[in-house]
Amino acid sequence: MQVVAFWALAVAAVGFGAAVFAVNSMARATFALLASFLCAGGELLLLGLAYPGVLTILMMIMEMLVMAVFMIMYMMDPGGLMPMSMVHGRRGALAIAAGVFAALAAGIVLTPWPHRQGAPPRDPAFALGEAVMGPKMPVMMVAGVAILATMIASVVLATGRGRYGGAE
Amino acid sequence: MSLQAFLLLAAALFAVGLYGALSQQSVVMLMMGLELMINGILVAAGAFWHYVAPGAADGQVLLLVALTVMALEMAAGFAVVTALYRAREVDTTDDAGDLKG
Repeated sequence: MQVVAFWALAVAAVGFGAAVFAVNSMARATFALLASFLCAGGELLLLGLAYPGVLTILMMIMEMLVMAVFMIMYMMDPGGLMPMSMVHGRRGALAIAAGVFAALAAGIVLTPWPHRQGAPPRDPAFALGEAVMGPKMPVMMVAGVAILATMIASVVLATGRGRYGGAE
Repeated sequence: MSLQAFLLLAAALFAVGLYGALSQQSVVMLMMGLELMINGILVAAGAFWHYVAPGAADGQVLLLVALTVMALEMAAGFAVVTALYRAREVDTTDDAGDLKG
Protein backbone atom coordinates (compact mmCIF):
# COMPACT_ATOMS: atom_id res chain seq x y z
CA MET A 1 0.00 0.00 0.00
CA GLN A 2 2.76 2.41 1.01
CA VAL A 3 4.84 1.42 -2.00
CA VAL A 4 1.92 2.11 -4.33
CA ALA A 5 1.34 5.47 -2.65
CA PHE A 6 5.03 6.32 -2.93
CA TRP A 7 5.23 5.63 -6.66
CA ALA A 8 1.90 7.30 -7.41
CA LEU A 9 2.96 10.44 -5.53
CA ALA A 10 6.45 10.33 -7.06
CA VAL A 11 5.17 10.09 -10.63
CA ALA A 12 2.60 12.82 -9.92
CA ALA A 13 5.20 15.09 -8.30
CA VAL A 14 7.58 14.86 -11.24
CA GLY A 15 4.73 14.98 -13.78
CA PHE A 16 3.24 18.15 -12.30
CA GLY A 17 6.76 19.56 -12.02
CA ALA A 18 7.31 19.01 -15.72
CA ALA A 19 3.85 20.44 -16.43
CA VAL A 20 4.97 23.74 -14.84
CA PHE A 21 7.16 24.35 -17.85
CA ALA A 22 4.89 22.70 -20.41
CA VAL A 23 1.53 24.47 -19.88
CA ASN A 24 1.11 27.68 -21.80
CA SER A 25 -0.31 29.83 -19.03
CA MET A 26 1.65 31.10 -16.08
CA ALA A 27 -1.41 30.84 -13.81
CA ARG A 28 -1.78 27.18 -14.73
CA ALA A 29 1.96 26.72 -14.15
CA THR A 30 1.54 28.03 -10.59
CA PHE A 31 -1.14 25.48 -9.81
CA ALA A 32 0.90 22.70 -11.40
CA LEU A 33 3.74 23.66 -9.07
CA LEU A 34 1.30 23.63 -6.14
CA ALA A 35 0.23 20.09 -7.10
CA SER A 36 3.87 19.03 -7.26
CA PHE A 37 4.47 20.45 -3.77
CA LEU A 38 1.38 18.70 -2.40
CA CYS A 39 2.72 15.39 -3.73
CA ALA A 40 6.12 16.10 -2.13
CA GLY A 41 4.32 16.88 1.15
CA GLY A 42 2.55 13.53 0.81
CA GLU A 43 5.92 11.81 0.41
CA LEU A 44 7.09 13.42 3.67
CA LEU A 45 3.94 12.10 5.38
CA LEU A 46 4.83 8.63 4.07
CA LEU A 47 8.23 8.98 5.73
CA GLY A 48 6.53 9.45 9.07
CA LEU A 49 7.22 13.18 9.15
CA ALA A 50 3.75 14.38 10.07
CA TYR A 51 4.69 17.93 11.07
CA PRO A 52 7.02 18.84 8.16
CA GLY A 53 4.64 17.14 5.73
CA VAL A 54 1.59 19.09 6.87
CA LEU A 55 3.72 22.24 7.13
CA THR A 56 4.83 21.81 3.52
CA ILE A 57 1.27 21.30 2.33
CA LEU A 58 -0.22 24.27 4.22
CA MET A 59 2.70 26.61 3.51
CA MET A 60 2.77 25.79 -0.18
CA ILE A 61 -0.97 26.32 -0.59
CA MET A 62 -0.53 29.83 0.85
CA GLU A 63 2.66 30.50 -1.06
CA MET A 64 1.29 29.42 -4.41
CA LEU A 65 -1.88 31.46 -3.95
CA VAL A 66 0.30 34.54 -3.37
CA MET A 67 2.48 33.47 -6.28
CA ALA A 68 -0.57 33.18 -8.56
CA VAL A 69 -1.23 36.89 -8.04
CA PHE A 70 2.33 37.72 -9.06
CA MET A 71 2.16 35.32 -11.97
CA ILE A 72 -0.91 37.08 -13.31
CA MET A 73 0.83 40.44 -12.79
CA TYR A 74 3.86 39.41 -14.81
CA MET A 75 2.13 37.07 -17.23
CA MET A 76 3.80 37.13 -20.63
CA ASP A 77 0.83 35.64 -22.36
CA PRO A 78 -2.37 36.95 -20.72
CA GLY A 79 -5.32 34.63 -21.20
CA GLY A 80 -3.53 32.64 -23.87
CA LEU A 81 -4.44 35.32 -26.41
CA MET A 82 -0.91 35.71 -27.68
CA PRO A 83 0.72 32.27 -28.02
CA MET A 84 4.45 32.69 -27.75
CA SER A 85 7.52 30.77 -26.76
CA MET A 86 8.57 31.49 -23.19
CA VAL A 87 11.87 29.62 -23.37
CA HIS A 88 15.37 30.27 -24.59
CA GLY A 89 18.30 27.91 -24.99
CA ARG A 90 15.89 24.99 -24.73
CA ARG A 91 18.16 22.30 -26.11
CA GLY A 92 21.14 23.25 -23.95
CA ALA A 93 18.95 23.45 -20.83
CA LEU A 94 17.47 20.02 -21.57
CA ALA A 95 20.94 18.55 -22.08
CA ILE A 96 22.27 20.05 -18.84
CA ALA A 97 19.22 18.92 -16.85
CA ALA A 98 19.43 15.40 -18.28
CA GLY A 99 23.16 15.29 -17.56
CA VAL A 100 22.66 16.45 -13.96
CA PHE A 101 19.93 13.85 -13.44
CA ALA A 102 22.11 11.10 -14.89
CA ALA A 103 25.05 12.10 -12.67
CA LEU A 104 22.85 12.30 -9.54
CA ALA A 105 21.16 8.98 -10.34
CA ALA A 106 24.54 7.29 -10.87
CA GLY A 107 25.72 8.65 -7.52
CA ILE A 108 22.52 7.54 -5.79
CA VAL A 109 22.70 4.00 -7.16
CA LEU A 110 26.44 3.50 -6.75
CA THR A 111 27.04 5.07 -3.33
CA PRO A 112 27.14 2.60 -0.43
CA TRP A 113 24.71 4.42 1.85
CA PRO A 114 25.19 4.00 5.60
CA HIS A 115 22.90 1.68 7.51
CA ARG A 116 20.11 3.09 9.57
CA GLN A 117 21.22 4.26 13.00
CA GLY A 118 18.74 4.58 15.81
CA ALA A 119 14.98 4.38 15.65
CA PRO A 120 12.49 7.16 14.94
CA PRO A 121 11.26 8.82 18.14
CA ARG A 122 7.71 8.10 19.17
CA ASP A 123 6.71 11.66 18.30
CA PRO A 124 9.05 13.19 15.65
CA ALA A 125 7.37 16.59 15.96
CA PHE A 126 8.13 16.64 19.68
CA ALA A 127 11.76 15.70 18.99
CA LEU A 128 12.00 18.51 16.42
CA GLY A 129 10.56 21.01 18.88
CA GLU A 130 13.00 19.93 21.56
CA ALA A 131 15.89 20.21 19.10
CA VAL A 132 15.09 23.73 17.89
CA MET A 133 14.50 24.92 21.43
CA GLY A 134 17.66 23.18 22.66
CA PRO A 135 20.88 22.27 20.86
CA LYS A 136 19.66 23.54 17.46
CA MET A 137 18.51 26.92 18.72
CA PRO A 138 21.10 28.93 16.71
CA VAL A 139 19.47 27.57 13.53
CA MET A 140 16.11 29.00 14.55
CA MET A 141 17.66 32.29 15.64
CA VAL A 142 19.41 32.72 12.30
CA ALA A 143 16.22 31.77 10.46
CA GLY A 144 14.28 34.36 12.47
CA VAL A 145 16.76 37.14 11.70
CA ALA A 146 16.82 36.08 8.03
CA ILE A 147 13.02 36.29 7.86
CA LEU A 148 13.08 39.78 9.40
CA ALA A 149 15.84 40.89 7.02
CA THR A 150 13.91 39.55 4.04
CA MET A 151 10.74 41.34 5.14
CA ILE A 152 12.57 44.66 5.38
CA ALA A 153 14.57 44.12 2.18
CA SER A 154 11.55 43.12 0.11
CA VAL A 155 9.49 46.09 1.29
CA VAL A 156 12.39 48.47 0.57
CA LEU A 157 12.92 46.95 -2.88
CA ALA A 158 9.26 46.84 -3.85
CA THR A 159 8.20 50.34 -2.81
CA GLY A 160 8.41 53.02 -5.45
CA ARG A 161 9.64 55.73 -3.14
CA GLY A 162 13.15 55.53 -1.81
CA ARG A 163 14.49 56.04 1.65
CA TYR A 164 13.85 59.82 1.60
CA GLY A 165 10.22 59.63 0.51
CA GLY A 166 9.07 60.80 -2.89
CA ALA A 167 11.73 63.53 -3.21
CA GLU A 168 13.89 62.18 -6.01
CA MET B 1 10.44 1.96 -0.78
CA SER B 2 14.09 2.61 -0.10
CA LEU B 3 16.46 5.51 0.35
CA GLN B 4 17.49 5.17 -3.29
CA ALA B 5 13.91 5.48 -4.54
CA PHE B 6 13.34 8.65 -2.55
CA LEU B 7 16.65 10.12 -3.65
CA LEU B 8 15.86 9.32 -7.30
CA LEU B 9 12.58 11.21 -6.91
CA ALA B 10 14.49 14.13 -5.39
CA ALA B 11 17.01 14.05 -8.25
CA ALA B 12 14.21 14.03 -10.82
CA LEU B 13 12.52 17.03 -9.19
CA PHE B 14 15.87 18.82 -9.01
CA ALA B 15 16.62 18.14 -12.69
CA VAL B 16 13.19 19.31 -13.86
CA GLY B 17 13.62 22.48 -11.80
CA LEU B 18 17.09 23.02 -13.23
CA TYR B 19 15.71 22.71 -16.74
CA GLY B 20 13.11 25.35 -15.93
CA ALA B 21 15.57 27.70 -14.25
CA LEU B 22 17.88 27.51 -17.26
CA SER B 23 15.33 27.69 -20.04
CA GLN B 24 12.60 30.09 -18.93
CA GLN B 25 12.67 33.65 -20.21
CA SER B 26 10.39 35.14 -17.60
CA VAL B 27 12.08 35.89 -14.28
CA VAL B 28 9.09 34.65 -12.31
CA MET B 29 9.06 31.33 -14.21
CA LEU B 30 12.77 31.05 -13.44
CA MET B 31 11.88 31.29 -9.75
CA MET B 32 9.36 28.47 -10.18
CA GLY B 33 12.28 26.37 -11.39
CA LEU B 34 14.29 27.28 -8.29
CA GLU B 35 11.33 26.34 -6.07
CA LEU B 36 11.09 22.98 -7.78
CA MET B 37 14.80 22.39 -7.12
CA ILE B 38 14.29 23.13 -3.41
CA ASN B 39 11.29 20.79 -3.49
CA GLY B 40 13.71 18.01 -4.41
CA ILE B 41 15.92 18.97 -1.49
CA LEU B 42 12.93 18.71 0.88
CA VAL B 43 12.23 15.16 -0.24
CA ALA B 44 15.92 14.21 0.00
CA ALA B 45 16.24 15.67 3.53
CA GLY B 46 13.15 13.78 4.69
CA ALA B 47 14.45 10.54 3.18
CA PHE B 48 17.85 10.96 4.83
CA TRP B 49 16.20 11.54 8.17
CA HIS B 50 14.05 8.42 7.85
CA TYR B 51 16.57 6.01 6.35
CA VAL B 52 19.92 7.14 7.78
CA ALA B 53 19.58 8.81 11.16
CA PRO B 54 16.00 8.84 12.48
CA GLY B 55 17.29 9.01 16.05
CA ALA B 56 18.68 12.54 15.63
CA ALA B 57 16.55 15.54 14.72
CA ASP B 58 19.12 16.99 12.29
CA GLY B 59 17.25 15.89 9.16
CA GLN B 60 14.05 17.52 10.38
CA VAL B 61 15.89 20.75 11.21
CA LEU B 62 17.36 20.76 7.69
CA LEU B 63 13.83 20.36 6.32
CA LEU B 64 12.66 23.32 8.36
CA VAL B 65 15.57 25.45 7.09
CA ALA B 66 14.89 24.44 3.46
CA LEU B 67 11.22 25.38 3.82
CA THR B 68 12.16 28.76 5.30
CA VAL B 69 14.70 29.40 2.58
CA MET B 70 12.11 28.58 -0.06
CA ALA B 71 9.65 31.14 1.27
CA LEU B 72 12.37 33.78 1.67
CA GLU B 73 13.67 33.14 -1.83
CA MET B 74 10.23 33.70 -3.27
CA ALA B 75 9.62 36.90 -1.30
CA ALA B 76 13.02 38.40 -2.12
CA GLY B 77 12.77 37.27 -5.75
CA PHE B 78 9.41 38.93 -6.30
CA ALA B 79 10.66 42.09 -4.64
CA VAL B 80 13.62 42.18 -7.04
CA VAL B 81 11.32 41.53 -10.02
CA THR B 82 9.05 44.35 -8.88
CA ALA B 83 12.01 46.73 -8.44
CA LEU B 84 13.38 45.74 -11.84
CA TYR B 85 10.03 46.21 -13.53
CA ARG B 86 9.48 49.56 -11.83
CA ALA B 87 12.89 50.84 -12.88
CA ARG B 88 13.09 49.49 -16.43
CA GLU B 89 9.81 47.77 -17.39
CA VAL B 90 11.73 44.55 -17.81
CA ASP B 91 10.44 41.11 -16.87
CA THR B 92 12.58 38.73 -18.88
CA THR B 93 16.04 37.45 -18.11
CA ASP B 94 17.36 38.39 -21.55
CA ASP B 95 16.63 42.08 -20.98
CA ALA B 96 18.32 42.03 -17.59
CA GLY B 97 21.67 40.68 -18.69
CA ASP B 98 23.80 43.72 -17.80
CA LEU B 99 26.28 41.70 -15.81
CA LYS B 100 26.56 38.93 -18.38
CA GLY B 101 30.19 38.13 -19.06
